[in-house]
Amino acid sequence: MRKGWRKVLMGVVATVITVVFVAAPVQAGKKDDTLNIAFTKELETLDRYFNTAREGIVFARHVFDNLLWRDPKTFEYKPLLAKSYRWVDNLTLEVTLRKGVKFHDGTEMTADDVVYTLNFAANPANKVKTQRYSNWIKKVVKEGPYKVKILLKTPFPAALEFLSGANPIYPKHYYAKVGPKKFGLKPIGTGPYKVAEVEPGKRIVLVKNPDYFKDSPKGQPHIGKIVWRTLPEKNTQVAELMTGGLDWIWMVPPDQAKKLAAMPNIKVIAAETMRIGYLTMDAAGVTLKHGMKNDPFTKLKVRQAVNYAVNREAIAKNLVGGQSKPVYSACFPSQFGCTQDVVKYEYNPAKARKLLAEAGYPDGFTTTLYGYRNRDFAAAIVGDLAAVGIKAKLVMMKYSALREKLRGGKVQFAFLTWGSYSINDVSAITSNFFEFQEDDLARDPVVRDLLLKGDTSIDPKVRKEAYRKALQRIAAQAYWAPLFTYVSNNCFTKDLDFTPYPDAVPRFYQARWK
Amino acid sequence: MLQYTLKRLVVTFFVILVVSLVSFMLIRVSGDPAIALAGEGATQQEIEYVRHHYGFDRPLIIQYVDWAKKALQGDLGESPYFNEPVLKMIRERIGVTMTLGVSALLFALFVSIPLGVLASIRPNTWIDRVALTISVMGQAMPSFWFGLIMIIFFGVTLRWLPISGSGSPAHYVMPTIALGYYATPAFMRLIRSGMLEVLSSDHIRTARAKGLRWGKILYKHALRNAIIPVVALAAVQLGFMLGGSIVIESVFALHGIGYLAWVSIGRSDLPVVQAIILLLSMIYVVLTFLGDLLNAFLDPRIRVR
Repeated sequence: MRKGWRKVLMGVVATVITVVFVAAPVQAGKKDDTLNIAFTKELETLDRYFNTAREGIVFARHVFDNLLWRDPKTFEYKPLLAKSYRWVDNLTLEVTLRKGVKFHDGTEMTADDVVYTLNFAANPANKVKTQRYSNWIKKVVKEGPYKVKILLKTPFPAALEFLSGANPIYPKHYYAKVGPKKFGLKPIGTGPYKVAEVEPGKRIVLVKNPDYFKDSPKGQPHIGKIVWRTLPEKNTQVAELMTGGLDWIWMVPPDQAKKLAAMPNIKVIAAETMRIGYLTMDAAGVTLKHGMKNDPFTKLKVRQAVNYAVNREAIAKNLVGGQSKPVYSACFPSQFGCTQDVVKYEYNPAKARKLLAEAGYPDGFTTTLYGYRNRDFAAAIVGDLAAVGIKAKLVMMKYSALREKLRGGKVQFAFLTWGSYSINDVSAITSNFFEFQEDDLARDPVVRDLLLKGDTSIDPKVRKEAYRKALQRIAAQAYWAPLFTYVSNNCFTKDLDFTPYPDAVPRFYQARWK
Repeated sequence: MLQYTLKRLVVTFFVILVVSLVSFMLIRVSGDPAIALAGEGATQQEIEYVRHHYGFDRPLIIQYVDWAKKALQGDLGESPYFNEPVLKMIRERIGVTMTLGVSALLFALFVSIPLGVLASIRPNTWIDRVALTISVMGQAMPSFWFGLIMIIFFGVTLRWLPISGSGSPAHYVMPTIALGYYATPAFMRLIRSGMLEVLSSDHIRTARAKGLRWGKILYKHALRNAIIPVVALAAVQLGFMLGGSIVIESVFALHGIGYLAWVSIGRSDLPVVQAIILLLSMIYVVLTFLGDLLNAFLDPRIRVR
C-alpha cells in the first residue's frame, strides 16, 4: 500500500516536471512567418455591421474591402472595389466596379453583392449597430452587372469617407443564407486576409489571401499568417512581447513603452492618433437650469483664463510623449476643415490670473473637474489650474456614468477626449458637440448654423469657409480648451517592418518581415 | 440532523435571494446601462433605442422580478453584447474556471498541510515562525501583483513557463500558484492548531508509550484527526477561489467565467454579470452549506446548537 502511493506521487512529480519544462513558451514570429498580435478588447462578432470597437475596424480592413479606399498618407479617396466613381448630382453617386475580384470562397464580387450589402446596412429593420455609417443612404440600385447607383437622402459630404472607412462589401449568396450571427463566426470577404480559425472572443487566425486582386491600392499581403489574440491585461501583453510570445502590441502606457524601447529586440513608435483631449466648460449655464447655484464658466474671461492656465506643451511632451502635439483648434489638425487660423492661448499663468481677477475672481474659485481616462493627465491639469487659483476637485468616473451626468446637466467642467471614429473630417468632431446636442454646453446658435452649413454642403470651398468661421468663434469664445493629441505606443519586434498611421488602424497587410 | 439541514437550507435560499437582489440594484446604479451598451460616441437616438429595446426604461423592481422569474425557469437571458444565450456562454467557459479553482485548492492544501504539521511539531520555534511567514505572505500579497511578479520571474527572466492563455497544463501553473497561495494561511493555521490540540491529547501519549514510530503517530493518529475541519474549510475556500479567479483570469488571459465577468462589468453586459454573480454566489452558498452539514455530521455538538 505504502509503496503504491509513493509510485503515484513520483509519477505526478515527473509529469509536472515534464509539462513545465518541455512545453516551453511558443516562439513564433519571423521564423514560421506568423505574426502574433494581441488586443485588449474582444469582439462581440466579426460582422463589422454589428460590432462597435476599434478592433472591429482593424479586423474589417484585413478581411473585407470597401468600395473606396482612403490613402492613409494623403487622405485622398481612391477606388478599391470600385473601378471608378462620379457624382451624378448632389444626391446620386455612380460607382463602376472592378471585374474579376473574388470572394474568399472563389465566387466573383458583382453589383448584386454591393446592392445587397449596402441596402441591408441602410435598412433600419436590420438593426445594424453602426447606423450612422449607413443611414445617409436612401437606396442602392443596380445599373448593370458591374455598375450601381447610390442614392442619398440629403446631400452628405462625408459619403466618400464612410464608403472608404465603413461599409465593407459582403458576399450576398453567403450572407443572405447564413445571416449575421453565423457570418460573425465565419466571415468571408474579398480582403487581403482570409479567416482560417475563430475561437470567439479568444483567438482568430488569418491567412494570406493568395488570390487578392492585383491592382488593389492596399497592396499585396506579405506575412503568411496572423494570430490575433485577446489579452486583457497590458502587463501580460508586455511580458509576452518581451519573450517573443507576441510580435506586436499597441496602446502601451508611456512608462512601459519607455522600458520596452530600451530593449534590444523591440521597437517602439509613439504614433499620433486622431484622438484629442480637451476641456469642456458650461458656457451656456446649462447646469444652472439643473439646480446648480453658480457657474463661473458663463464668463468669457474665466474660460479664457482656463485656456491660458493649462500648459499643453508640457503635458504633450512629458506626459503623453512621442508624437503628441498641443492643439488650439477644436479638431484634429489633419481633418478636413480644421483650420489652425484661430486665437491661440499659449501657456500664460500670469494672464490667466489677471483675467480671473477681471472676471470677479481675484482669489480664484472652487469647482469640480470630471474625467474618465488618463488620471495622470487630469492631475497635471488640476495642478496647472491650482497655480492660477482655480481649485478643481478631480472626480474620475466610468465613461457611461460621466456621459449620463453630463447629459443630465450636472457637469460644469470636464476633461474629455474624442477620437472622431478616425474620420478625417471636422463633421466627426466639432459638429458632434456644437449643434445643440445634449452634451453641447456652449449652445451658440451662430456656431451651430455655421457647422450645419458645412455639414450639408458638398462644395469643399463652402464647407471649409463655414468650418473656419465656426472654429474661430469657438476659440474666440473659448468654449473648449483643446489640449493635445493622443499617441498610441506601437511596440513590436525589430524583425517587423510596420508603419502606424494617425487614423489608428494598424495595417498588417502592409507589414513584412525584415 | 434533518431539522438542522432544513434550517440551513432556508438560510441558504435567502442568502442567494439577497445577493441577487443587491447585485442587481448595484449594477444598475453604477451607470446607465443603455449608454454603456450603445458604445462611446453613440447618439441620443441610439441610446434611447437601446434603452427601450432592452427594457431599461421600466421600473427597477419590475426589471428584477422579470429577470428572477426567468432565472428560476433556467433562462438567464441573452447577452445584449454578444447576442448569445448567457447559459451557453457560461457553459463554454466554466471548465477553465473550475480547472483553475480546483487546482489552486489542491495547491493550497499541498503547501499548507506540510507547513502546518511542521509548525505544530515545533511550536513557537523558528520553524514555526518561518512556516507562518511563508503562508501569511500568501495572504498579504495581492494575487494580481504576485501573478505579475511570477510572470516577470518565470516567464520573462527564466522563460520556464508560458505567460498567458490556456493551451496546455503548463499554462495553468502560474495562475494556480497565484490563486492557491492566497488560501494557504487559513489552512495552515487550522492544521497547526488542530495538530497542537491532538498532539497533546491522551491517545497520542499512549501511542508514544507503546513505542510507535513518530512519523506513524503523526500521520495515522494526529493528522487524520486534525484534518477533519480542513475538509469543511476546503469547500468554502473553493468558493473563494472561484470568486478570486476574476482577477487572476484577466492577468493570465484565461478565458473563464471570471474573465467574462470582469469584461462584462466594463461594458455593462448586465445579464452576463447578473448570471455570473448568481452562479458564483450559489456555488459559494451551496459549498458553505455542504461544509456546515459536513461539520455537523463530523461534530455532533454543532447539531445541538
